[in-house]
Amino acid sequence: MSLLDYFRASKPKSAAIAKERLQILVAHERTERNRPSYLPQLQKELLEVIRKYVHVDQEAISVKFEQDENQETLELNIVLPDFQQEEKRVNI
Amino acid sequence: MARIIVVTSGKGGVGKTTTSAAIAMGLAKKGHKTAVIDFDVGLRNLDLIMGCERRVVYDFINVINGEASLNQALIRDKNCNQLFILPASQTRDKDALTLEGVGRVLEELAKEFKYIVCDSPAGIEKGANLALYYADDAFVVTNPEVSSVRDSDRMLGILASKSRRAERNEEPVREYLLLTRYDPNRVKSGEMLGLDDVQDILSLQLLGIIPESKSVLTASNAGIPVILDDKSEAGLAYQDVVARYLGEDRPHRFIDDKKGFFRKLFGGRL
Repeated sequence: MSLLDYFRASKPKSAAIAKERLQILVAHERTERNRPSYLPQLQKELLEVIRKYVHVDQEAISVKFEQDENQETLELNIVLPDFQQEEKRVNI
Repeated sequence: MARIIVVTSGKGGVGKTTTSAAIAMGLAKKGHKTAVIDFDVGLRNLDLIMGCERRVVYDFINVINGEASLNQALIRDKNCNQLFILPASQTRDKDALTLEGVGRVLEELAKEFKYIVCDSPAGIEKGANLALYYADDAFVVTNPEVSSVRDSDRMLGILASKSRRAERNEEPVREYLLLTRYDPNRVKSGEMLGLDDVQDILSLQLLGIIPESKSVLTASNAGIPVILDDKSEAGLAYQDVVARYLGEDRPHRFIDDKKGFFRKLFGGRL
């Protein structure tokens, strides 16, 4: 900090903003990258099977892939269109 | 055993070719027979940075296509007889570079050379993927700037999944960080990401910090790799990088600002 800086109005430090933006972005991109490549296909085929029995929208199915040190979890979340809009979860 | 080094970054203009030229020269100056290959098909520039642009007769693609032998295409450096340059082709046909062809050339080079430095083009297209495919070591060149850090992270993902070592489930490519165009004064005033900020995100083994330096342009103007400039901070920083890569333990420098008392007093604005 220089003498003149001392008298200048304190500005937000842009490097801190840059770091924060990067941390969020990179974390997001890393999880995307680690997803198995078959996920979109899996989602499509599952939807086809389910549609044989119940009418659900594309958005009614979400496929989430999570990874930690000792296990990988594939979470399928299917919202069935019944009266209560109740959620049923299937974990593989 | 030859070691194949890829100099990569994803983003353009961060200093890949400058770094390739500098470290190839540094390794050769240490007595290791080194070849440096320009993978930027269509936009060759390594020959200019190395100052051998007028001696290019045959190129990488000619060798792959069998139109010239490797020995005909390799250009011996004028400053160091242990260093050879394999220029890129100016052809616009990017498909001229093939996985099999590149593999063949690298295999032949590996018989004669200790280090093979692959200067990757920017982007994540074919040329960049081929430059890193056969690599044993990766020098990830990064500027302390958001888009460069993001792209470097992207390249790390590609190294971990698309390299030959990854495909064969071998020991992964060794990844090293080179932080270039670093300005300690701007880091200190909070205007530029610092080493710690970048490392919090990338966490790589640091080979060196290359400070922003006028001598890099001077060196490229003259076609002499900046590492040969003993008076320049960038040159000295590259010398450190090569020494560290070869296993020497050297403390990092050029991290802190070195302004004099009066410039500090007036914030460097006078």
